[in-house]
Amino acid sequence: MQIGIVKETVANESRVAASPSSISQLLKLNFTVAVESNAGLAASFSDEAYEQAGASILSSQDVWQSDILFKVNPPSEQEVAKIKSGATVIGFFWPAQNEALMKLMADKLINVLAMDSVPRISRAQSMDALSSMANIAGYRAVVEASHTFGSFFTGQITAAGKVPPAKVMIIGAGVAGLAALGTAGSLGAIVRAFDTRPEVKEQIESMGAEFLELDFEEEAGSGDGYAKVMSKEFIAAEMALFAEQAEEVDIIITTAMIPGKPAPKLITAEMVKSMKPGSVIVDLAALGGGNCELTEMDKAVEVHGVTIIGYTDMPSRLPTQSSNLYSNNILNLIKLLCPEKDGQIALNFEDEIIRNVTVTKEGEITWPPPPVQVSAAPQVKPVAAPAPLKEPEKKSSGMGKHLMLLIGGLFFGWMSMVAPPDFMQHFTVFILACIIGYYVVWNVTHALHTPLMSVTNAISGIIVVGALLQISSSNTVVMWISAFAVLIAFINVVGGFVVTKRMLKMFRKED
Amino acid sequence: MSAFNLIKTHTAQASESLTDKAAQVAQQAGEKLGLIEPAANNMPLINGAYFVAAILFIFSLVGLSKQESAEHGVWYGIIGMVIALVATIANPTVTNVQTIMIAMVVGGLIGTWFALRVEMTQMPELVAMLHSFVGLAAVAVGFNSFLEHEPMQGIMLNIHLVEVFLGVFIGAVTFTGSVVAYGKLKGIFSSKSLMLPHRHKLNLLAGIVSFALMIYFVQQQGHMTALLIMTVIALVFGWHLVASIGGADMPVVVSMLNSYSGWAAAAAGFLLGNDLLIVTGALVGSSGAILSYIMCKAMNRSFISVIAGGFGTDVVVDSDHDYGEHVEIQAEEVAELLKNAKSVIITPGYGMAVAQAQYPVYEMTKKLRDKGIEVRFGIHPVAGRLPGHMNVLLAEAKVPYDIVLEMDELNDDFPETDVVLVIGANDTVNPSAMEDPNSPIAGMPVLKVWNAKQVIAFKRSMNPGYAGVQNPLFFKENTSMLFGDAKASVDNIVKAL
Repeated sequence: MQIGIVKETVANESRVAASPSSISQLLKLNFTVAVESNAGLAASFSDEAYEQAGASILSSQDVWQSDILFKVNPPSEQEVAKIKSGATVIGFFWPAQNEALMKLMADKLINVLAMDSVPRISRAQSMDALSSMANIAGYRAVVEASHTFGSFFTGQITAAGKVPPAKVMIIGAGVAGLAALGTAGSLGAIVRAFDTRPEVKEQIESMGAEFLELDFEEEAGSGDGYAKVMSKEFIAAEMALFAEQAEEVDIIITTAMIPGKPAPKLITAEMVKSMKPGSVIVDLAALGGGNCELTEMDKAVEVHGVTIIGYTDMPSRLPTQSSNLYSNNILNLIKLLCPEKDGQIALNFEDEIIRNVTVTKEGEITWPPPPVQVSAAPQVKPVAAPAPLKEPEKKSSGMGKHLMLLIGGLFFGWMSMVAPPDFMQHFTVFILACIIGYYVVWNVTHALHTPLMSVTNAISGIIVVGALLQISSSNTVVMWISAFAVLIAFINVVGGFVVTKRMLKMFRKED
Repeated sequence: MSAFNLIKTHTAQASESLTDKAAQVAQQAGEKLGLIEPAANNMPLINGAYFVAAILFIFSLVGLSKQESAEHGVWYGIIGMVIALVATIANPTVTNVQTIMIAMVVGGLIGTWFALRVEMTQMPELVAMLHSFVGLAAVAVGFNSFLEHEPMQGIMLNIHLVEVFLGVFIGAVTFTGSVVAYGKLKGIFSSKSLMLPHRHKLNLLAGIVSFALMIYFVQQQGHMTALLIMTVIALVFGWHLVASIGGADMPVVVSMLNSYSGWAAAAAGFLLGNDLLIVTGALVGSSGAILSYIMCKAMNRSFISVIAGGFGTDVVVDSDHDYGEHVEIQAEEVAELLKNAKSVIITPGYGMAVAQAQYPVYEMTKKLRDKGIEVRFGIHPVAGRLPGHMNVLLAEAKVPYDIVLEMDELNDDFPETDVVLVIGANDTVNPSAMEDPNSPIAGMPVLKVWNAKQVIAFKRSMNPGYAGVQNPLFFKENTSMLFGDAKASVDNIVKAL
């Protein structure tokens, strides 16, 4: 089958659906690839690069007639007219917003696979284009912010004076939020992040940022890996936190989006006003109406000395990177669709991922798909009361220790009264040796535990002394048994010492 | 005829007097050198020598606390042993020097042969084998001192008999236990745990019967048959004890037997009233006990549960659980990742040793460090088949010991680590130990490799590890699997670097 890579026509779109490096992989799956001239120019992929990778550069007309089309944005109505019936289009589609288009394509018997409908299950991670794009958007958000922000992100002590580090607050620790957090952190800023899902706390902290916590209990996971709408009380508490932070931080990056709903308004005009002049807000939810009341879509506006950036084309602002990642996502989906590597694709609805991405199939609208529960977040467990982890480690309390000592002492006293003194003397030696052994052995480093074992092996061969004392017996049986004991004990002594020496020779410090 | 007789008697006399003469010569030589005082008055000197030997043994263990002083430690041990032996043999009551010498030379040769020939991967087998010798020697000493002891009466005799009984019991258990451990490690016996019906009751019964026999033995003022029956019971008991422990618990078993061999020596010391044996036995005994404790703690299992039965007995593997899909990676890509990393941690397991991959791992480490990349090794306490086994194997491959760290030393460094290579380890890096309270390994301290930016797991296939528990690590999004023989994989990485 022929795969067609067309030039994106949406304004400001610099991405392309396949990079030259992905072409060679597609050829390995026995597809042929046709690329429209200059399709990748904006992403710095020349026609020559595509040709070198094994694609043919064809006229726009011919490319649109391919069996499979890779797209970034949904096709326009005019473009749909150019697609042949029975073809498959793979790209972002946003079926909820594009119902008319969906119907149009179904009528033309065009199969649509929506990259934005990849389910959030671990198996599908390699195809999750939304995450790849969100990652880039998060990175770019910090770059945009630092571009506008009039100071360093990092703190410095210079000859001319001390520079405090910038403070960045990130709302929503999804993929974009975490990417922004990492980027801002590596520029040297102090980063704080907030998310309604408490389970992301660990991820935030693992990236070196501070997790802003609310004193509020509410389950925020919706089971499909995205956040959900929260209760009134929760939002009030959250807003109070933001208001407090707004006065303090220099940069706010908001990424709060709820699928299929307008973005929640989290930063009010008042909060913007309370921010220091020169501060920057980057609103990555601008497409959904923005998290900030003053956000204007696709624009950077200055209000009360605060710049509010509402660009919606963040991924497209890093076109090479985003095209690369996006084409890998599509490539992974194609690998799934073409298990035989024979250049044919099959829409196998048994597979949960394929079922989910398929929006129209052979004239039928198959969207929305049946829900998938991915349980990435902790779910309400159906299991009745899981066994408690384990009983808290029993620490012998001071009381217990003293009691033990007392009992031991009493026992020892009793023994010394009843046992013959000769025995007691040996017993005392024994107890003292145990105590010395205890302290000495705890000091042995872990790395030397094997040599410790072989050395103790060797010295426990000291039992040879016992056998030696018996060997002079006039009783022949005893004599021979002793001789045998001497022999085997000596295997131990010599073997143990030799092997220990051999081992210790190997341990060397770096030279 | 008479000439013949003459020769005959002569030869007999000669051979008779030979041993005595040798003893005399040794005695005289010793006296001349000032080593030994004339016969009557040398007990204090011998005891002094024993005391010095005991101190040297303690120093020997003290020396092992650091790599730098470890070799000195061994020398202390050797000197202590020589002093103890010379003092004992020089004791004029000890005759039969010839036999002693022959036994020592033969034993020493065998020991040297074993020690020089053993592969470092086979250390656990060697250690187990050596334990069995101590056990057997303890049994021998026990029987001997029953067959022939100074005349004594009353409570002294009772104590002596109890000591004989206990000494033989511990020795016998150590002996067969070690033999089974050796067999399991060597692969002669199945490493699976033997599950006899009512095994706990059988163990209990063995204990009760032995105790009853001891009472009878003491009441009868020594009874050979009782002692023999008990010996047989103890032998079977030791066998069964270790046979019912699974392969994954071998580190605990070997250190436990180490401890027993010490107690056996101590028991022999009580028998003979010899403080040197008591001190040494106590040192070895507590050393083994501490090692077993450390091992148990590292597996979050109680000592009792290890002894009582094998891992994998009550494990329910829920194969229905969807862990998602693992991502495969090629050696060249790993090399690329490593080149771009700042810090790398390698967490090896016994699988690395089995594949003999430690040598290419060292090559790789060297190359990476030459590029200025920080490479460290993270060792879980129960990695390998012996406490500290991985350290020895890495040392054998010339990995400098100062980059080989313990779990606790680097467990918090994983978030700042770019790449973690998990080579032949599985259960020791399993996140379900911390995340899944129903997991059979729940609560076991593990290396938190998943906090690193990228984890590469070297594995033959997707089969679960020793504990039979699936490892969610392999399905994490920052984990990639490099399938194939660990040695070949590492070789390929080295080539690509």
